[in-house]
Amino acid sequence: MTAPAIDVRDLHVHLGASHVLRGVDLRVDPGEVVALLGANGSGKSTLVRTVVGVLEPTRGEVDLLGHRRGSDVPWDRIGYVPQRVSAAAGVPSTAAEVVASGLLHRGRLTLPRGWRRQAREALAQVGLADRADDATNRLSGGQQQRVLIARALVRSPEVLVLDEPVAGVDRPSQEAFAATMARLVDDGLTVLVVLHELGELAGLISRAVVLRHGRVVHDGAPPRPHGEHGTEGHEHIHPHTSEVPAVSGSGLGLTDTPFESEQEARP
Amino acid sequence: MTEIAFMLTDPLMQRALLAALLVGAAAPVVGTYLVQRRLALLGDGIGHVALTGVALGWLIGSAMGLAPNDVLAIPGAVVAAVIGSVLIEVVRRRGRTSGDLALAIMFYGGIAGGVLIIGIAGGSSGSLMSYLFGSISTVTTTDLVLTVVLCLLILVLGVGLRPALFSVSHDEEFAISSGLPVWALNMAVAVLAALTVTVAMRVVGLLLVSALMIVPVAIGQLVTHSFRRTMAVGSVTGVAVCVTGLSITYWYPLSPGALIVVLAIGVYALVAGLHPLLARRRPAGDPHPDIPDDVQVAARTSAQGDCE
Repeated sequence: MTAPAIDVRDLHVHLGASHVLRGVDLRVDPGEVVALLGANGSGKSTLVRTVVGVLEPTRGEVDLLGHRRGSDVPWDRIGYVPQRVSAAAGVPSTAAEVVASGLLHRGRLTLPRGWRRQAREALAQVGLADRADDATNRLSGGQQQRVLIARALVRSPEVLVLDEPVAGVDRPSQEAFAATMARLVDDGLTVLVVLHELGELAGLISRAVVLRHGRVVHDGAPPRPHGEHGTEGHEHIHPHTSEVPAVSGSGLGLTDTPFESEQEARP
Repeated sequence: MTEIAFMLTDPLMQRALLAALLVGAAAPVVGTYLVQRRLALLGDGIGHVALTGVALGWLIGSAMGLAPNDVLAIPGAVVAAVIGSVLIEVVRRRGRTSGDLALAIMFYGGIAGGVLIIGIAGGSSGSLMSYLFGSISTVTTTDLVLTVVLCLLILVLGVGLRPALFSVSHDEEFAISSGLPVWALNMAVAVLAALTVTVAMRVVGLLLVSALMIVPVAIGQLVTHSFRRTMAVGSVTGVAVCVTGLSITYWYPLSPGALIVVLAIGVYALVAGLHPLLARRRPAGDPHPDIPDDVQVAARTSAQGDCE
């Protein structure tokens, strides 16, 4: 029997004074596509950031690909797409340069031969092949997010962990992203994805885990959107953005507006 | 022409030019990482702390009765700068607001302590000035050897580890998730910055060290949008201004450090001024012409009308 791709047992995480995760169990088997859902501050981001090693657990265990979290984990077989940070770093960098940094891992501090070709191929997977030499800060928000996805894909990971990959992403990028994911999942990629709504990915999700106040409250079939949320063409507009008039009809909406700027408690 | 040949045969000038060339190439390499981390002023802070190191080296040198009593000044600066830089990194890591104050106190302490200790060690204000504003025309063979070794180390590590240092400086969270030795790489940047400050001290002085690390990078950013090329352009510009500035002072009695920095800023102003003329013309207004507009402005204007 193969080891689970991600196995989290009784995980507790404190960020500063707040007890964010309170005993989370999560198991993702190879080939599964698991959506992690929950309200703001429920601990979704904290959970994936702990899984990929950014945050330290206070208690509990995290196994990745059969290895206890730490230096034994083959990090080069895991791809992580963090929540989009402001891409405007002090010094400009091209999309290919950002993607190439995904080729580095423990034990490889310099780029392998042919990194340009690999970076270009990864960018082609997200539909940005012709943007390899463009400055990342000249790309749109959605395109920047796709660059970060390409950075995770360039190492041909077995497990992909994504934190809100489509929040605040323009429609063409969302569609390109869903198409890419469908192809990769067909090839056997295991996915753990934090989402605010299933959206374009709904067809791919094999299981949904819902967090509330740092605990798992649902683990099973993806929840059906209820009421008008399920209807085709429904634009999901959050209460706190409701003062912005929703534009309906012709499928156009404020899709370039971030659904929210989720700032979960940071240390 | 003969004057240039004459300058190049002067052993004093040969040493100075070699030091200027290497420092001009190395400083912007480290500066690129500092700018990317939004730590453009870090070099200044390290320079302040290094002054205390210079002074302590001097004090120990004169207490031990060494021949030129500032023979330990540069080693002292290296030690103090490395310690200071690592401390700054540790404070930055903790990310507390009090860290800002802690750094400020460290910087002022560095300058004040340095000035006091140099006085106690029997130094004059002239010798103090030579550290604050550079003294490249008095580079000794020992200084030169140390400068060459440190510059080569900075260039080899700064350029050789570029992909890893870029990754850590660009997105630390992703670097951690890749299993990169993030702590060691951050310390490497801190130590490289400290070494750069000490080698650049001879050329432009502690107060202007940061300029040599940062201004060439700012020029590089204007003409390219790739990280690698920004670093390369910065390095070439650094060499050009250092060698030109130093050569000019061979004929005119000017301060080499100040002249080098003014030259660099002049180049920046020139490139920035010419930039709009040289830049490829982009369609005005819409920076993302290939993205469909998905916000309808008409709905918004009517909503604003309702509010009134």
